[in-house]
Amino acid sequence: MRRHLLSSADLTRDDALEILDTAAELLSLADRPIKKLPTLRGRTVVNLFFEDSTRTRISFEAAAKRLSADVINFAAKGSSVSKGESLKDTALTLEAMGADAVVIRHGSSGAPHRLATSGWVRSCVVNAGDGTHEHPTQALLDAFTLRRHLGDLEGRRVTIVGDVLHSRVARSNALLLSTLGAEVTLVAPPTLLPVGVSTWPVQTSYDLDGALDKSDAVMMLRVQSERMNDAFFPSAREYSRRYGLDDRRFARLPVHAIVMHPGPMNRGMEISATVADSARSVIVEQVTNGVAVRMAVLYLLLGGSTGGQPTAEEAAL
Amino acid sequence: MTTYLVTGVSVLGGTPCDLLLRDGRVLDPADAPRDAVTVDAEGLVALPGLVDLHTHLREPGREDAETVESGSRAAAAGGFTAVHAMANTEPVADTAGVVEQVHNLGQTAGYCDVRPVGAVTVGLDGRRLAELGAMADSAARVRVFSDDGICVSDAVLMRRALEYVKAFDGVVAQHPQEPRLTEGAQMNEGAMSGVLGLVGWPAVAEEAMIARDCLLAGHVGSRLHVCHVSTSGSVELIRWAKSKGWAVTAEVTPHHLLLTDELVATYDPIYKVNPPLRTSEDVAVLRAGLADGTIDCVATDHAPHPTEDKECEWGAAAMGMLGLETALSVVQHTMVDTGLLDWAAVADRMSVRPASIGRVFDQGQPLQLGSPANVVLIDPTVVRTIEPMESQSLSRNNPFRGMELPGRVVATFLRGRPTVLDGTLL
Repeated sequence: MRRHLLSSADLTRDDALEILDTAAELLSLADRPIKKLPTLRGRTVVNLFFEDSTRTRISFEAAAKRLSADVINFAAKGSSVSKGESLKDTALTLEAMGADAVVIRHGSSGAPHRLATSGWVRSCVVNAGDGTHEHPTQALLDAFTLRRHLGDLEGRRVTIVGDVLHSRVARSNALLLSTLGAEVTLVAPPTLLPVGVSTWPVQTSYDLDGALDKSDAVMMLRVQSERMNDAFFPSAREYSRRYGLDDRRFARLPVHAIVMHPGPMNRGMEISATVADSARSVIVEQVTNGVAVRMAVLYLLLGGSTGGQPTAEEAAL
Repeated sequence: MTTYLVTGVSVLGGTPCDLLLRDGRVLDPADAPRDAVTVDAEGLVALPGLVDLHTHLREPGREDAETVESGSRAAAAGGFTAVHAMANTEPVADTAGVVEQVHNLGQTAGYCDVRPVGAVTVGLDGRRLAELGAMADSAARVRVFSDDGICVSDAVLMRRALEYVKAFDGVVAQHPQEPRLTEGAQMNEGAMSGVLGLVGWPAVAEEAMIARDCLLAGHVGSRLHVCHVSTSGSVELIRWAKSKGWAVTAEVTPHHLLLTDELVATYDPIYKVNPPLRTSEDVAVLRAGLADGTIDCVATDHAPHPTEDKECEWGAAAMGMLGLETALSVVQHTMVDTGLLDWAAVADRMSVRPASIGRVFDQGQPLQLGSPANVVLIDPTVVRTIEPMESQSLSRNNPFRGMELPGRVVATFLRGRPTVLDGTLL
């Protein structure tokens, strides 16, 4: 595996499987009374969040702490960043504090890439979501969740529905799930599919109903409220009618199919409350799996130099 | 004033001959005085001094990025004897006072002729016409008017500007960018923008505006100059407008002749520019358009920015790149070494035509007896690695850094006086 995790495109099939298998080992830890491994003792993980995202931040925080790393939370709003400190100066500060890994969430696409390649820091950089670009650990936790329910993803059909244009979750999933052999279909109104999507390793469709019958999993994307005022679609009602996963559409899914959502959900908009709360919704499980996957990422980037599973001794602790 | 006898030089790539530069003119070598300084120019090519229609000198207002003096030093080092200084300074060059100030700073610096471009609208706000006539009548004798950086998107205002400048043989140089289609735009809209998650700047935003402006120029019978054409569709539209007989001219930047949007995958803002880098298909069509004359000239859009405005994340970075000192090398690499242009045509695209569009009468003249001695001598055999720290500019945002490019300016003469000699700026 490379030194940074910036994009799902950085992961070969073997890299991805190594992370997912490691995460499976680590997940078993969650059921133990003491949920902690000493692997990253003495290492420092900085959560550098330029955007509010409590759920992703606490997921990374829990992951790092369960590996015994020291965690520093650096939220842009509570620091000099909001007073205009540059990304470079922030990075140099973290470097001076001896950060071993920087988990960065940033509103500007490519900011983690910039941090990793500029020479400002020596630490590993993990992209925790950058602008409308990527969110690779979300894709990993989604792949992890899919594998637990569907087994090997080779030939499995995953339908991702919603605002693909602005979705880092969709970009990372399209790349990673394809790498893992799944057949990905992106469903969205034409206004919310990026120009050039035909070059992606996916199918696309404007028709949700047509895609449902053959889906092994449906991933609903959050629709941001600001899209509603910029003519991407006429109204929330119309969007919901054409692209929402309501009870009627849910009934048409194959019985084994699961429903996913990266959260936070707009209940009643892209997903109905009944569907969100149904037994086939794995939305809460995605959160649990997120911690295990992020542990695996930090473990492999920082701990295992050549990767590999936790030792039997470690796993036994 | 020293007289220079340039010996064995290949004028426009032709048979070697001698050139006598005396009293600001090109004169007969047979009349060379005994104290003439000989410049051995064997193997060098002589072109008329280059003329840039599109330069940002940043003064007044952003002297941390560039000054008229530093920018004109960079111009001389790049073989230019005249540059047009864009109006988007602080304060904006929208009055006779500001354009005269820039003009005077250029004369004081003395490295090249600095021709101020006047703003089309007051404060570049796109609402009221600036006093175009006052700028035209000023000591700066402004003939090129542009809100460059911002498009004159109001169709009525654009029409009026085109009409109004006819009174003093002016030209409106439009930055073609439909504003609504490019809100928040970060890079060319295409496969790369989709993958990189950056807001796209679609070709149609440029092309729609060029189509409208060509129609307006045709309708009112005025001169339109299209700045930094970047898409293949734009070339087609300009070809069509010219076929109608309309007075439409266009420029292309060196960076749009060489660089593509694939470079944005580095997320290094050194490649952030407006209009954005396009695709390799666009590059090929731009080169062909420059070769067949559809695009009249190369203009640098030299846009200096201080380090901190580029040393940041892509979204926060300023748009623009340096160009004066690399323009000739990029043109040699993309147009001459590829067989698309010979040196005579390079002289046409980088000196004769831009001077004609800007109505700069003592520039862009053929190197013949009696012509003004604005000359650049280049060594096309040298290959150099572009090193940003060697620049005369105050800024370092050079997208060609580290590239190996052919050609080097050995000497530049401004009305017979060298500004560069032996490859060194004087």
